[in-house]
Amino acid sequence: MKITIDGTQHDVDVEADMPLLWVLRDELNIKGVKYGCGVAACGACTVHIDGVAVRSCQTSVGDVDGAVTTINGLGTPDAMHAVQAAWAEHQVAQCGYCQSGQIMQAASLLSQNAEPTDADIDEAMSGNICRCGTFPRIRAAIKTAAQTMKGA
Amino acid sequence: MSRLGKIARRTFLIGSAAVVGGVAFGVYKYRSEGENPLLDDLGANEAAITPYVKIDANGITLITPRADKGQGAYSIQAALIAEELDVDLDQINVDPGSPSATYYNTAIASEAVPFKPTDDGVMAQSMRTVADAAMKFIGLQITGGSTTVPDGYEKLRQAGAVARETLKAAAHEKTGVHVTRMKTRSGHVILPDGQELSYQSLASAAADMDPVRDVELRAESEWRYIGKPMQRLDIQAKSTGTQNYGIDFELPGMLHATVKLNPHQGGATATNYDATDALNMRGVQGVHPVMNGIAVVADNTWRAFQAAEMINANWPKSDMPDTMEGHWQALSDAFNEDQQEIQNRDDGDVEADLAKGDVLTAEYRAPYVAHAPLEPINATVLMTDDRIDIWTGTQIPRFIENNVAKLTGFERHQIHLHVLMMGGSFGHRLEDDVARQAVQVAMEYKGTPIKLTYRREEDMMHDYTRQIAMARASGRVANGQVSALDLEIAMPSVVASQMARQGLSLPGPDAIIVTGAWEQPFDVPNYRVTGYRAKPLAPLSSWRSVGASTNAFFHEGMMDELICAAGADPLAERLRLCSHDPSRKVLEKVGEMSNWGTPLGENRGRGLAFCLSFGVATAEVVDITVTEDGIRIDDVYIAAEVGKVVDPINFDNLVKGGVIYGLGHAMNCEITYTDGIAEQDNFWSHEGMRMHQTPRIHVAGLENGSKIRGIGEPPVPPAAPALANAIFDATDQRLREMPFSKFVDFA
Repeated sequence: MKITIDGTQHDVDVEADMPLLWVLRDELNIKGVKYGCGVAACGACTVHIDGVAVRSCQTSVGDVDGAVTTINGLGTPDAMHAVQAAWAEHQVAQCGYCQSGQIMQAASLLSQNAEPTDADIDEAMSGNICRCGTFPRIRAAIKTAAQTMKGA
Repeated sequence: MSRLGKIARRTFLIGSAAVVGGVAFGVYKYRSEGENPLLDDLGANEAAITPYVKIDANGITLITPRADKGQGAYSIQAALIAEELDVDLDQINVDPGSPSATYYNTAIASEAVPFKPTDDGVMAQSMRTVADAAMKFIGLQITGGSTTVPDGYEKLRQAGAVARETLKAAAHEKTGVHVTRMKTRSGHVILPDGQELSYQSLASAAADMDPVRDVELRAESEWRYIGKPMQRLDIQAKSTGTQNYGIDFELPGMLHATVKLNPHQGGATATNYDATDALNMRGVQGVHPVMNGIAVVADNTWRAFQAAEMINANWPKSDMPDTMEGHWQALSDAFNEDQQEIQNRDDGDVEADLAKGDVLTAEYRAPYVAHAPLEPINATVLMTDDRIDIWTGTQIPRFIENNVAKLTGFERHQIHLHVLMMGGSFGHRLEDDVARQAVQVAMEYKGTPIKLTYRREEDMMHDYTRQIAMARASGRVANGQVSALDLEIAMPSVVASQMARQGLSLPGPDAIIVTGAWEQPFDVPNYRVTGYRAKPLAPLSSWRSVGASTNAFFHEGMMDELICAAGADPLAERLRLCSHDPSRKVLEKVGEMSNWGTPLGENRGRGLAFCLSFGVATAEVVDITVTEDGIRIDDVYIAAEVGKVVDPINFDNLVKGGVIYGLGHAMNCEITYTDGIAEQDNFWSHEGMRMHQTPRIHVAGLENGSKIRGIGEPPVPPAAPALANAIFDATDQRLREMPFSKFVDFA
């Protein structure tokens, strides 16, 4: 079956019910997308389908009906997305394992809500677990990213 | 195998060094006593003098042997070396090196001696020296106990200084200019005429010299990195999804495995099982019994996960009470003379004071909780006829090598462990089951790399948890003051449980049972702390802040009960009782930050708790509001005494994370067992703290103490009691058992 990831079309030979997460990680070697819980309880596997955040561990590859963007396609170390740049500026990460998902969730939030309040941030981000407890920095980074994107 | 020779670490370390030769520096005083592991990887034209700094044509590589679990250990270790070496942090490579006895952890030994951390007397100091020597002897390379900074603070700066001075001596040989007339900057020796000689150009000359051993460390006023905000070396990678963790490791032709574990925690593998359905599934290559479970090997992780669920087995039960009542009963039964393990505080006359009457008593409880770092545990193994390579994130590299040697009959020198970046740990990666299981699978697939990944459910249900613990406290107040505090604590031995899995036994009493309680810097006139060792129940491991994570809740909860009963102010009474100056300053600071004593308004409450753990005096104030949706934590104020804040940004981040870790588990988490099977299997039933519950956190690092300390763990212990005390302040409801969500609602 054909699937478009980060602007590139791939042909994969897998079961239709294989979660997108494992197609990305094990079949296409796109490792920025992380496995954390497998049941949509942690958000580490978050990607965008047509710009909207979804949990790739609970999305069967056969049900993907749009273009998939992963953390690796959102921006790169040399050309970071505004959200990624804000994450680096605030030094959000500790272990960093959840941050791909956090960043994808935040980018999706900001694309729908250019100036989120604390309550908006809480609501959009509470599905994403960070076991290191970087939430205060995530909040600050989202606000910085919102400012950058407004100016852009 | 030839493929392997080209990848990762070896290439990285040696690179094109052979062109000009290379040099490696370390700490002279340890040199004669330890092997230099860099020697193993050297090419023909290279030299390795000592183990922490390697310079070759490929660049400057700093060896950072303490593992990075997310706490920023690699960056901090690199900065300590760079401070003396005069290199820029963006011009160096960092490599964890190979496991070696040379990289033993001094600080972890210093904390193991039976003296209070506030005790700087001759006896305490000399015991710490003896413990240090013992650690050097057995070569215990461990990451943990908030020791990376205390252990490396001088060692690593020394390594940088030795390297710098030796490079200057090499420059002297080359140019005749006297070393006192040279400067060093950004990886170069600068001559008086402005000419710059790069460290790389001096490396092969330096390699032929004896290292300059007589070096003096720079004064604090000259520091360029330490104490100033740093940029973590991994921050770009971790902001762009390009940081690779153990779970991301790939080798050509690799197969993916997982393991279906005996659901009875600690139970053995099944001898009687049916894997027919699993073996018929797409991509499945084999099914193999391993330690405590049955592994499935497939061509894709998800296929292995699916197949593992199809295995039917008669799992033997593990040795544990059938119900949680049985676990609590075992703790309750432990309060007797025969099971008394340790009593290292008995001030005044507790019995006589309590005999005066009006005794306040309370029973406190703390449940099992899981570490649950977000990256599930995993290991990749490639075994051939004469070599085993293991790639994994671990805090105990040398233990793994030993265990793999025992498991396979291979010699230690045939086993090569590569430590990879970890997606969190909190003590979880002090265990090595996954590495042993992956090796057991790899023994069946010689020449084919095997990556074994736990499903989240297996990771959480088979977490070697934080200890379950119970305290019985008695106390008395008189004249508005705390007069007696008698704290009895019962728990199974964490250390004995952990050591048993390494085939070791605990030679003496387990001091962890009373840590975070017996050594607190308060002069209650009649003050006793006694530890009781309960029989082994569920297997246990060190959970961020270990004994103090439960004991500070007991100690500070009871202290608050007594102070309230006395009608005293929680801050003023603690200050009155505290004779340890750095601890007093921490309490005063947190009082000032939180505007302690000012009225909060309706439906609000404020709680204070203190704990001296890992040598760090830490005080926290929690402010809450009782809302229609439940209790909301508004603000947390925290002050901690660490001697020196090495990187203010990393410090701030770790402290906030520690507060969140402490609060989140106190509020929301427990692991319970029925028939030895954990009832929580994923984040929906054990989720810690999420964004919507996260308060504003205000952090102060104090530098009044005489010793440098680590900050990974100390923010955790006071968080739970500070919250419980705030809830009492707001509602008059005294919470004596975690998780608090069993008794109150949180917004």
